[in-house]
Amino acid sequence: MTVSRRALFGITGAGLAAGAAAGAGVALSTSEGSGAAEVVPFGGEHQAGVVTAAQEHLHFAALDVTTTEWAKLVALLRRWTEAARRMTAGREVGAGGAVGGPAAAPPDDTGEALDLPAAALTLTVGFGPSLFDDRFGLANARPPALADLPPFPKDDLDPTRCGGDLCIQACANDPQVAVHAVRNLVRLGFGTTEVRWSQLGFGRSSSTSRSQATPRNLFGFKDGTNNLKAEDPDPLAQHVWVAPGDGPEWMTGGTYLVARRIRMHIETWDRTSLAEQERIVGRTKGSGAPIGQTVEFDPVDLHVGGADGEPLVARDAHIRLASAGNLGGARILRRGFNFVDGSDGVGHLDAGLFFICFNRDPRTQFVPMQRALSTKDSMMEYVEHTGSGLFAVPPGVRDGAYWGETLFG
Amino acid sequence: MRTYPIVVTGLSALLVLSACSSAQDDTATAGPITVDATDTTCSVSATGAGAGTLTFEVTNKGTKVTEFYLYAEGDRIMGEVENIAPGLTRKLIVEVPEAGTYQTACKPDMSGAGIRGDFTVSGGASRQADPDTKLADATRTYATYVANQSDALLTETRVFADAVKSGDVGDAQARYAPTRVYYERIEPVAEKFGDLDPAIDVREADLEEGQEFTGFHRVEKDLWVTGLRPDSAAIADRLVADVTALVTQAKAIELSALDLANGAKELLDEVATGKITGEEETFSHTDLWDFQANLDGSEAAVQALRPVLQERDPALVSQVDTEFRNVRALLDAQRVGDGFRYYTELTEDQIREFAAAVDALSEPLSRTAEVTSR
Repeated sequence: MTVSRRALFGITGAGLAAGAAAGAGVALSTSEGSGAAEVVPFGGEHQAGVVTAAQEHLHFAALDVTTTEWAKLVALLRRWTEAARRMTAGREVGAGGAVGGPAAAPPDDTGEALDLPAAALTLTVGFGPSLFDDRFGLANARPPALADLPPFPKDDLDPTRCGGDLCIQACANDPQVAVHAVRNLVRLGFGTTEVRWSQLGFGRSSSTSRSQATPRNLFGFKDGTNNLKAEDPDPLAQHVWVAPGDGPEWMTGGTYLVARRIRMHIETWDRTSLAEQERIVGRTKGSGAPIGQTVEFDPVDLHVGGADGEPLVARDAHIRLASAGNLGGARILRRGFNFVDGSDGVGHLDAGLFFICFNRDPRTQFVPMQRALSTKDSMMEYVEHTGSGLFAVPPGVRDGAYWGETLFG
Repeated sequence: MRTYPIVVTGLSALLVLSACSSAQDDTATAGPITVDATDTTCSVSATGAGAGTLTFEVTNKGTKVTEFYLYAEGDRIMGEVENIAPGLTRKLIVEVPEAGTYQTACKPDMSGAGIRGDFTVSGGASRQADPDTKLADATRTYATYVANQSDALLTETRVFADAVKSGDVGDAQARYAPTRVYYERIEPVAEKFGDLDPAIDVREADLEEGQEFTGFHRVEKDLWVTGLRPDSAAIADRLVADVTALVTQAKAIELSALDLANGAKELLDEVATGKITGEEETFSHTDLWDFQANLDGSEAAVQALRPVLQERDPALVSQVDTEFRNVRALLDAQRVGDGFRYYTELTEDQIREFAAAVDALSEPLSRTAEVTSR
């Protein structure tokens, strides 16, 4: 019998150790609620949470490994994998779950996701450049594509929001489900890992499927109209998934995650005229159509000029600089989220975009794109990059395997 | 320095953009005018239209890459679409508010005068009367301000550079912030000169890969952090040369009234993102001098526009005046002798007070551009 948290709660009430009965079985969805979309399969050729239709909420955590014992790290990756299989299926962590264990012991599962559905939870793990030092003898396994990101002009990176040996990306349609997942994995890691920094995000700021409408970022503009979509297998193979021969074999089927915490100066942005906002972005604010076109998905035409022959999409407009046409065909899969982390102490919201992208080789995709944006983009006046991380996301987990087995196995 | 969007095209670009966004509803009903372009012909499905938003759909049926233009009298470009490869269809949406005789043109191989055809636009508004004299007066007043500040900037920069070159660190330090005041007052104007502004005012943290660290902030670092270096004198000379070039251009530039209003707002944005955070003067911490100068420049632009603003929105003017006074009072409280306290001497509460006062001023100030362009 496989029981979801919600089914467990609803049918049997608290206290029954149904979690144990579920054992290590294959995760299945209960068919109630929002249906099949509620459970995203954990295993597969690629990790979930990359081309999965972007969920509404994010909890991202970067962790440092505190042990130097190979076996301890591998044991944790196994425990994490098992817990992730359960949680993504909407089940509790551990045999005893939240309330089914001994009353004298702290519960295995922290409990705040009881009676919540799986909410399309995906958990995605990545390995940062710092993991490939001498602690685990992994230096030779470090993919050349996992080169440290260069400093970009106008970066204002806070060291306490940068780097990490590992990352966990938890995405779900319920924020509590995402937080529960990260919290429980972090808990399993005590003694082996510690959290370096973490970030909550809300309101996906990109669509990764044609079935999703393009959402708006905190500048009020549709963001990621031209994103790669799950329905585009060829571009995904070309721009996202690591192919055999790209680098070390353990990364085949994986991808590289770049995270950037982009603080937006929303107060000064809000005082900018509509015409100037649209000029900076290169799209109209209402429909999202590229300037000079009529509807959102009209192709961006960089060659249209207005009065005096000046290009309608300005030379320093965001969509011009970020366009594949401007970058020798380079594209990325964007999967970012908005954030508001309270206020900054001087009366302004600490808000922005937690940018996440996946690409096959950051050296030829993200880095040149960000270099073009950071030096020329007129939007840079209103944003500041305050956090940064780069992680190698290993391929998907096969039945019975664990996260990163191709590297550690 | 924080680079600003370089609005080289100024008013004209803004008008085009707002025209495009406001007129989209019309295009749906008007229907596109099709253009079949070949290597030798340019066949336009209509030879005229009513004034408003026109949509041309240009299909290249030839073998050469082509482009399509709509010209007003005197070959003034109303709109163009370039780089249409054979077989492709591209769209040109162009706002034509005035009746008159226009010309369409296909340019196979993207060269020459093109294959022309007459295109008549009827209806629409007649050409506006001569520019409002009050607006013209405003730009003249502000141009005088820019010229005066520019002259002072050049004079003071020379003296500052001489102090650096003589090796008198104390004297150079004392002259640093007062010299920069003249630059900070006219910063939105300076930022219109794409290469000079970074050369004069780039911050170390904002350097691009391969970009040389020059200008005021490089000298600032020498004076406060590293001590004078072998090339400090050369950097000072380069600064004088760059400022000389900037001053020449700044005195020649033609600004619109909208430029003034936008500049007044941008100066306050500068304060909010650079000075209140202490990021501008990382080494000398003389941010409050810059703050005062930005405020001066902003107020000068508002003063120039005052007759226009007063006539069109007196309530806004009075609100802006009040908030300017509040910010000034806060700055005055931090004065020490001829200058100010260093940024590092401010308490968190004082910084918060500044930020709130600047926000309160920036909101009404950001509405002056719209009032100016009414």
